[in-house]
Amino acid sequence: MSWVPEPTLNSYLILSAVLFAIGTAGVFLRRNLITILLSIEVMLNAVNLTFVAVDRYLNAVDGQIIVFFVMTVAAAEAATGLAIVIALFRHRETLNPDAFTTLKW
Amino acid sequence: MHALLFWILAALAIIASVLVVGQRNPMYSVLLLIASFGALSGLYVILGSPFVATIQIIIYAGAIMVLFLFVVMLLNVPTEDPATGYHARLLGGAGPRRFGAVLSILLAIELGWAVTTKVQPTMFPSGEARAQMTVYDIGLKLFRDYSFAFEATSVLILVAMVGAIILARRERS
Repeated sequence: MSWVPEPTLNSYLILSAVLFAIGTAGVFLRRNLITILLSIEVMLNAVNLTFVAVDRYLNAVDGQIIVFFVMTVAAAEAATGLAIVIALFRHRETLNPDAFTTLKW
Repeated sequence: MHALLFWILAALAIIASVLVVGQRNPMYSVLLLIASFGALSGLYVILGSPFVATIQIIIYAGAIMVLFLFVVMLLNVPTEDPATGYHARLLGGAGPRRFGAVLSILLAIELGWAVTTKVQPTMFPSGEARAQMTVYDIGLKLFRDYSFAFEATSVLILVAMVGAIILARRERS
Protein backbone atom coordinates (compact mmCIF):
# COMPACT_ATOMS: atom_id res chain seq x y z
CA MET A 1 0.00 0.00 0.00
CA SER A 2 2.31 2.72 -1.22
CA TRP A 3 -0.43 5.31 -1.60
CA VAL A 4 -0.73 5.70 2.18
CA PRO A 5 1.91 8.07 3.60
CA GLU A 6 4.07 6.39 6.23
CA PRO A 7 3.46 7.98 9.67
CA THR A 8 6.51 9.72 11.10
CA LEU A 9 7.24 10.87 14.63
CA ASN A 10 5.73 14.23 13.65
CA SER A 11 2.41 12.58 12.70
CA TYR A 12 2.11 11.23 16.22
CA LEU A 13 3.09 14.57 17.75
CA ILE A 14 0.53 16.45 15.63
CA LEU A 15 -2.18 13.92 16.52
CA SER A 16 -1.28 14.42 20.17
CA ALA A 17 -1.44 18.21 19.78
CA VAL A 18 -4.88 18.00 18.13
CA LEU A 19 -6.21 15.75 20.91
CA PHE A 20 -4.79 18.09 23.57
CA ALA A 21 -6.49 21.09 21.91
CA ILE A 22 -9.80 19.19 21.79
CA GLY A 23 -9.46 18.56 25.54
CA THR A 24 -8.74 22.24 26.19
CA ALA A 25 -11.77 23.23 24.12
CA GLY A 26 -13.87 20.89 26.26
CA VAL A 27 -12.66 22.50 29.47
CA PHE A 28 -13.43 25.96 28.05
CA LEU A 29 -16.76 25.23 26.38
CA ARG A 30 -18.67 22.71 28.49
CA ARG A 31 -20.89 23.67 31.40
CA ASN A 32 -20.96 20.28 33.09
CA LEU A 33 -18.43 19.27 35.75
CA ILE A 34 -18.34 15.62 34.63
CA THR A 35 -17.66 16.53 30.99
CA ILE A 36 -14.92 18.91 32.13
CA LEU A 37 -13.25 16.04 34.04
CA LEU A 38 -13.59 13.85 30.91
CA SER A 39 -11.91 16.59 28.84
CA ILE A 40 -9.00 16.55 31.31
CA GLU A 41 -8.72 12.80 30.70
CA VAL A 42 -8.54 13.50 26.93
CA MET A 43 -5.65 15.92 27.57
CA LEU A 44 -3.81 13.39 29.77
CA ASN A 45 -4.15 10.77 27.02
CA ALA A 46 -2.76 13.17 24.42
CA VAL A 47 0.33 13.62 26.60
CA ASN A 48 0.61 9.84 27.05
CA LEU A 49 0.66 9.42 23.26
CA THR A 50 3.58 11.87 23.03
CA PHE A 51 5.48 9.94 25.70
CA VAL A 52 5.02 6.60 23.95
CA ALA A 53 5.88 7.99 20.48
CA VAL A 54 9.10 9.64 21.68
CA ASP A 55 9.88 6.51 23.68
CA ARG A 56 9.62 4.50 20.44
CA TYR A 57 11.80 7.04 18.65
CA LEU A 58 14.54 6.93 21.31
CA ASN A 59 14.18 3.15 21.68
CA ALA A 60 13.87 3.38 25.48
CA VAL A 61 11.34 2.23 28.08
CA ASP A 62 11.35 5.31 30.34
CA GLY A 63 8.44 6.90 28.48
CA GLN A 64 6.24 3.87 29.08
CA ILE A 65 7.05 4.02 32.81
CA ILE A 66 6.09 7.71 32.88
CA VAL A 67 2.81 6.78 31.16
CA PHE A 68 2.23 4.25 33.94
CA PHE A 69 2.68 7.00 36.55
CA VAL A 70 0.44 9.39 34.59
CA MET A 71 -2.31 6.75 34.64
CA THR A 72 -1.90 6.35 38.41
CA VAL A 73 -2.22 10.09 38.93
CA ALA A 74 -5.22 10.16 36.56
CA ALA A 75 -6.93 7.49 38.67
CA ALA A 76 -6.29 9.46 41.87
CA GLU A 77 -7.50 12.67 40.18
CA ALA A 78 -10.67 10.99 38.92
CA ALA A 79 -11.47 9.53 42.35
CA THR A 80 -11.06 12.80 44.27
CA GLY A 81 -12.60 14.91 41.48
CA LEU A 82 -15.72 12.77 41.31
CA ALA A 83 -16.01 12.78 45.11
CA ILE A 84 -15.92 16.59 45.01
CA VAL A 85 -18.54 16.57 42.22
CA ILE A 86 -20.82 14.39 44.35
CA ALA A 87 -20.35 16.65 47.39
CA LEU A 88 -21.10 19.76 45.28
CA PHE A 89 -24.17 18.13 43.73
CA ARG A 90 -25.56 17.42 47.21
CA HIS A 91 -25.28 21.10 48.07
CA ARG A 92 -26.63 22.70 44.90
CA GLU A 93 -28.49 19.99 42.92
CA THR A 94 -26.68 21.07 39.74
CA LEU A 95 -23.46 20.30 37.88
CA ASN A 96 -23.15 23.73 36.26
CA PRO A 97 -19.75 25.16 37.32
CA ASP A 98 -21.18 28.69 37.10
CA ALA A 99 -23.32 27.84 40.14
CA PHE A 100 -20.23 27.32 42.32
CA THR A 101 -18.77 30.81 42.34
CA THR A 102 -18.78 31.24 46.12
CA LEU A 103 -16.41 29.21 48.30
CA LYS A 104 -18.76 29.09 51.29
CA TRP A 105 -22.53 28.86 51.67
CA MET B 1 -0.44 -1.93 6.51
CA HIS B 2 0.71 -0.17 9.68
CA ALA B 3 0.49 3.17 7.87
CA LEU B 4 -3.16 2.66 6.90
CA LEU B 5 -3.96 1.42 10.41
CA PHE B 6 -2.33 4.53 11.89
CA TRP B 7 -4.49 6.92 9.85
CA ILE B 8 -7.68 4.97 10.59
CA LEU B 9 -6.99 4.88 14.34
CA ALA B 10 -5.93 8.53 14.40
CA ALA B 11 -9.17 9.55 12.66
CA LEU B 12 -11.17 7.40 15.10
CA ALA B 13 -9.44 8.97 18.13
CA ILE B 14 -10.00 12.52 16.87
CA ILE B 15 -13.65 11.95 15.89
CA ALA B 16 -14.45 10.24 19.20
CA SER B 17 -12.73 13.01 21.19
CA VAL B 18 -14.59 15.74 19.28
CA LEU B 19 -17.87 13.95 19.99
CA VAL B 20 -16.92 13.62 23.69
CA VAL B 21 -16.56 17.39 23.88
CA GLY B 22 -19.61 18.04 21.69
CA GLN B 23 -22.09 15.88 23.62
CA ARG B 24 -24.61 17.37 26.02
CA ASN B 25 -25.34 14.02 27.66
CA PRO B 26 -22.42 12.95 29.92
CA MET B 27 -23.37 9.28 29.52
CA TYR B 28 -22.64 9.40 25.77
CA SER B 29 -19.46 11.35 26.51
CA VAL B 30 -18.14 8.58 28.78
CA LEU B 31 -18.94 5.83 26.25
CA LEU B 32 -17.35 7.78 23.37
CA LEU B 33 -14.26 8.41 25.48
CA ILE B 34 -13.92 4.63 25.91
CA ALA B 35 -13.96 4.36 22.08
CA SER B 36 -11.25 7.02 21.90
CA PHE B 37 -9.16 5.07 24.44
CA GLY B 38 -9.55 1.93 22.33
CA ALA B 39 -8.20 3.78 19.27
CA LEU B 40 -5.27 5.13 21.29
CA SER B 41 -4.58 1.64 22.57
CA GLY B 42 -4.31 0.45 18.95
CA LEU B 43 -1.83 3.27 18.29
CA TYR B 44 0.26 2.07 21.25
CA VAL B 45 0.32 -1.42 19.74
CA ILE B 46 1.56 0.05 16.41
CA LEU B 47 4.25 1.89 18.37
CA GLY B 48 5.43 -1.42 19.81
CA SER B 49 4.30 -0.83 23.42
CA PRO B 50 1.93 -3.69 24.26
CA PHE B 51 2.33 -3.00 27.99
CA VAL B 52 0.93 0.53 27.69
CA ALA B 53 -1.81 -0.67 25.32
CA THR B 54 -2.91 -3.28 27.84
CA ILE B 55 -2.97 -1.01 30.87
CA GLN B 56 -4.73 1.63 28.76
CA ILE B 57 -7.61 -0.80 28.30
CA ILE B 58 -7.55 -2.33 31.79
CA ILE B 59 -6.99 0.78 33.93
CA TYR B 60 -8.43 3.60 31.82
CA ALA B 61 -11.33 1.97 30.02
CA GLY B 62 -11.91 -0.68 32.67
CA ALA B 63 -11.49 1.17 35.95
CA ILE B 64 -11.53 4.97 35.58
CA MET B 65 -14.31 5.13 33.00
CA VAL B 66 -16.47 2.74 35.03
CA LEU B 67 -15.98 5.09 37.98
CA PHE B 68 -17.21 7.95 35.78
CA LEU B 69 -20.18 5.85 34.62
CA PHE B 70 -21.12 5.09 38.23
CA VAL B 71 -21.10 8.79 39.13
CA VAL B 72 -23.13 9.75 36.02
CA MET B 73 -25.73 7.13 36.91
CA LEU B 74 -25.68 8.04 40.62
CA LEU B 75 -26.25 11.75 40.04
CA ASN B 76 -28.84 11.15 37.29
CA VAL B 77 -28.23 14.45 35.51
CA PRO B 78 -28.68 13.49 31.87
CA THR B 79 -28.22 16.79 30.08
CA GLU B 80 -26.41 20.02 30.60
CA ASP B 81 -28.24 23.03 32.01
CA PRO B 82 -28.66 25.92 29.60
CA ALA B 83 -27.01 29.07 30.85
CA THR B 84 -29.50 31.20 32.76
CA GLY B 85 -29.76 34.54 34.50
CA TYR B 86 -26.82 36.58 35.69
CA HIS B 87 -24.17 33.93 35.01
CA ALA B 88 -25.49 33.44 31.47
CA ARG B 89 -24.49 36.98 30.67
CA LEU B 90 -21.29 36.96 32.72
CA LEU B 91 -19.65 33.55 32.20
CA GLY B 92 -21.84 31.35 30.03
CA GLY B 93 -22.62 33.94 27.35
CA ALA B 94 -21.61 33.67 23.71
CA GLY B 95 -18.62 36.02 24.01
CA PRO B 96 -16.54 34.18 26.65
CA ARG B 97 -17.36 30.79 25.13
CA ARG B 98 -16.26 31.95 21.69
CA PHE B 99 -13.09 33.32 23.29
CA GLY B 100 -12.40 29.90 24.80
CA ALA B 101 -12.90 28.19 21.43
CA VAL B 102 -10.55 30.68 19.75
CA LEU B 103 -7.95 30.08 22.47
CA SER B 104 -8.01 26.31 22.01
CA ILE B 105 -7.79 26.59 18.19
CA LEU B 106 -4.82 28.94 18.67
CA LEU B 107 -3.22 26.35 20.96
CA ALA B 108 -3.67 23.63 18.29
CA ILE B 109 -2.17 25.88 15.58
CA GLU B 110 0.74 26.82 17.82
CA LEU B 111 1.54 23.22 18.74
CA GLY B 112 1.24 22.11 15.12
CA TRP B 113 3.49 24.97 14.00
CA ALA B 114 6.09 24.08 16.64
CA VAL B 115 6.09 20.44 15.58
CA THR B 116 6.17 21.02 11.83
CA THR B 117 8.62 23.90 11.49
CA LYS B 118 11.15 23.28 14.23
CA VAL B 119 11.52 19.52 13.81
CA GLN B 120 12.30 17.76 10.53
CA PRO B 121 9.95 14.84 9.77
CA THR B 122 11.75 11.95 11.42
CA MET B 123 11.19 8.29 10.73
CA PHE B 124 11.17 5.79 13.54
CA PRO B 125 14.11 3.39 13.86
CA SER B 126 13.39 0.02 12.28
CA GLY B 127 11.46 -2.62 14.19
CA GLU B 128 14.28 -5.09 14.93
CA ALA B 129 15.87 -3.04 17.71
CA ARG B 130 12.46 -2.43 19.25
CA ALA B 131 11.74 -6.11 19.72
CA GLN B 132 14.42 -6.25 22.41
CA MET B 133 12.39 -3.94 24.67
CA THR B 134 9.78 -6.09 26.38
CA VAL B 135 7.69 -5.94 29.52
CA TYR B 136 10.66 -7.62 31.21
CA ASP B 137 12.79 -4.50 30.63
CA ILE B 138 9.97 -2.23 31.83
CA GLY B 139 9.68 -4.26 35.04
CA LEU B 140 13.43 -4.18 35.68
CA LYS B 141 13.59 -0.43 35.16
CA LEU B 142 10.41 0.24 37.15
CA PHE B 143 11.55 -1.65 40.24
CA ARG B 144 15.22 -0.57 40.08
CA ASP B 145 15.51 3.01 38.84
CA TYR B 146 11.96 4.14 39.58
CA SER B 147 11.31 2.18 42.79
CA PHE B 148 10.96 5.32 44.94
CA ALA B 149 8.44 6.86 42.52
CA PHE B 150 6.56 3.55 42.44
CA GLU B 151 6.26 3.46 46.24
CA ALA B 152 5.27 7.14 46.27
CA THR B 153 2.38 6.44 43.87
CA SER B 154 1.10 3.76 46.26
CA VAL B 155 0.94 6.41 49.00
CA LEU B 156 -0.75 8.79 46.51
CA ILE B 157 -3.43 6.21 45.69
CA LEU B 158 -4.02 5.57 49.41
CA VAL B 159 -4.38 9.29 50.13
CA ALA B 160 -6.73 9.73 47.15
CA MET B 161 -8.86 6.82 48.35
CA VAL B 162 -9.17 8.19 51.90
CA GLY B 163 -9.82 11.70 50.52
CA ALA B 164 -12.55 10.47 48.18
CA ILE B 165 -14.29 8.63 51.03
CA ILE B 166 -14.13 11.68 53.31
CA LEU B 167 -15.26 14.12 50.59
CA ALA B 168 -18.20 12.04 49.39
CA ARG B 169 -19.37 11.08 52.90
CA ARG B 170 -22.91 12.14 53.77
CA GLU B 171 -22.73 14.48 56.75
CA ARG B 172 -25.06 13.68 59.62
CA SER B 173 -26.23 16.72 61.54
